[in-house]
Amino acid sequence: MSVTFLGMPPTRPFPRNAARALRDSQLRFNLRKATRTIRARRASVVAEAPDWAGLREAGRAIKEHTLRNLDRYLVRLEEAVTAAGGHVHWAADAAEANRIVAGLVKATGETEVVKVKSMATQEIGLNEALLEHGITAYETDLAELIVQLGDDQPSHILVPAIHRNRAEIREIFAEHMAGWGRPAPEDLTDDPAALAEAARLHLRERFLKTKVAISGANFAIAETGTMVVLESEGNGRMCLTLPRTLISVVGIEKVLPTWRDLEVFLQLLPRSSTGERMNPYTSMWTGAAEGQEFHLVLLDNGRTGVLADEVGRQALRCIRCSACLNVCPVYERAGGHAYGSVYPGPIGAILTPQLRGMGSELDRSLPYASSLCGACYEVCPVAIDIPSVLVDLRSRARHPWPERAGMAAAGWVLERSGRLARLQRAAGRLRRLTPRRLPGPLAGWTDTRDLPEMPEESFREWWDRTDGGRR
Amino acid sequence: MRVALFVTCVNDTLFPDTGRAVVRLLRRLGVEADFPRAQTCCGQMHANTGYRDEAVRLARRSVAALRGYDAVVVPSGSCAAMIREQYPKLAGSSGPFADAVAQVVPKTYELTEFLVDVLGVTDVGAYFPHKVTYHPTCHSLRGIHLGDRPLTLLRQVKGLELVPLPGAEECCGFGGTFALKNAEVSAAMCADKVRAVLDTGAEVLCAADNSCLMHIGGMLGRQKSGVRVTHLAEILCSTETAGAR
Repeated sequence: MSVTFLGMPPTRPFPRNAARALRDSQLRFNLRKATRTIRARRASVVAEAPDWAGLREAGRAIKEHTLRNLDRYLVRLEEAVTAAGGHVHWAADAAEANRIVAGLVKATGETEVVKVKSMATQEIGLNEALLEHGITAYETDLAELIVQLGDDQPSHILVPAIHRNRAEIREIFAEHMAGWGRPAPEDLTDDPAALAEAARLHLRERFLKTKVAISGANFAIAETGTMVVLESEGNGRMCLTLPRTLISVVGIEKVLPTWRDLEVFLQLLPRSSTGERMNPYTSMWTGAAEGQEFHLVLLDNGRTGVLADEVGRQALRCIRCSACLNVCPVYERAGGHAYGSVYPGPIGAILTPQLRGMGSELDRSLPYASSLCGACYEVCPVAIDIPSVLVDLRSRARHPWPERAGMAAAGWVLERSGRLARLQRAAGRLRRLTPRRLPGPLAGWTDTRDLPEMPEESFREWWDRTDGGRR
Repeated sequence: MRVALFVTCVNDTLFPDTGRAVVRLLRRLGVEADFPRAQTCCGQMHANTGYRDEAVRLARRSVAALRGYDAVVVPSGSCAAMIREQYPKLAGSSGPFADAVAQVVPKTYELTEFLVDVLGVTDVGAYFPHKVTYHPTCHSLRGIHLGDRPLTLLRQVKGLELVPLPGAEECCGFGGTFALKNAEVSAAMCADKVRAVLDTGAEVLCAADNSCLMHIGGMLGRQKSGVRVTHLAEILCSTETAGAR
């Protein structure tokens, strides 16, 4: 079986990536500030919703039902899109999807495409694949533009440049914009309005001259064949309407049965992701507009494998809102790059190892990149029980032998209360010998924390000696 | 009412004062708790680290030791959450293990739930003349939804000045073996928690879980901060005439 590609090759294990990120004080400051701002915004707009729990349950149920009947709804979607004048292509993996898109672009005779922010195309590494065919893809979402100009990797699902502050962005624009089109103004400052204006002028030129656009979709309605894209900047609307050819790469789990289901998701998604009641731009299109050509590429890339897993399949309910990233204490400190996948944070920690398998050290370490604090589950708008999936994935991971030995020894002691009592007595007698620093993998504790003092007698011994305090 | 104390392996081995405090507190409130001797560990460390088979063995032992009681009191939000949330998943839908789990789970209470919901008390007659802040541990907050039960109990303690902890709902970074496997992220999380605790000016940090307190307290101790950590049970057990011990 070929290994599913997820936008970047697996790097070193998570703890080592995270340790490096933790030393970057600028990164930690940027992440702390940004995640806390979005977190507070989300909390306030969720609190004001009259029946958030009911909406969340509806979102979960609709997604669950759709995934259970995915075969049926995908065929209906294909029929509806085709009937509306669109063309539907099926891609089993990243390579096939890239091949299809490259072929479609080549057929137009163009060598440049504009892109709407899309996780699916990040996932398959479409920009890099197109470049091999001599096609340049231009990102038009502001944050994706920052990432592309900075020759960087996205570190957040919704806010790919969350790891950058405005001073860094000014530098990237001043240095690299000229290489991609209209240069940044000479007197560019780090004032957010000035940065946005520089990006606007740079992008406008691009919109007006590019004939092919590539997007993803937040939702694909099976009933009508309608694609739905939610965005904040209007760049998506430009890409979806101006070019002659539109190609949308959409994961098969994005399908929704009916138009009416949007009622639920158009409430859940903006509040969970940007912390807005409604996002500024929602574009919907059905098939091809007059004079336009529309292609839908339906992407599997490991999803049907996930669908077969009884515990893990709930990860496919994800609507990519990033609420779990913004609330995760591990993400906030480690940053998105530590996860070695286009899907970082808690959802990435369950999605990446399922899509890519646990063959690499990084992918085996991802299910452990969580203290199981449960904050992700609490905010998830489609109620994905991320901690339970993490624990399930951990039970399937191959464990290092010193850990296996330690766990087996602990299990042996705890299996009989007599064994535990003997160990407690021995530890009580040797309490003066407790070292201040522990060796090997246990040093991680004593590097920064004292050990608790060993008591003279265990609770059990006290209970026996005093008959539960009655003597 | 036959009440069992499930003291937890961490309290049994490292924090016997907490177990003693629970026994004395319940006695003061007219409840004689039994300590089923066969109990050891709920199996959470094994389950959450990915050692399901060992966890199942420990879960079987625990329910075997605890079944037959009218109530099981657990002075740990985390271990109570393990029994209530994870045991049913480990046990499956049928068989003797599933039956035993189905018996024990609805009778398992974290200490403050037992005090407030079962005994119906909020003033336990405690005296603790200190400035205290309370950290709601993740599993007590989001696992078993203790809500404001601990704070309700603390507010009734004579002499106690309760100060709110900023960012209280954020994880301290313990997470069992997470503290070892991702030691540096864990330490960074703990550093932020410690800073929040110090900002309150409290002299005592309390919680419903000694494991999290061991983590935060370990860093407070390493920093020679002069703030101590104490399980909630020990505060509730203290009176004018007798300390927790």
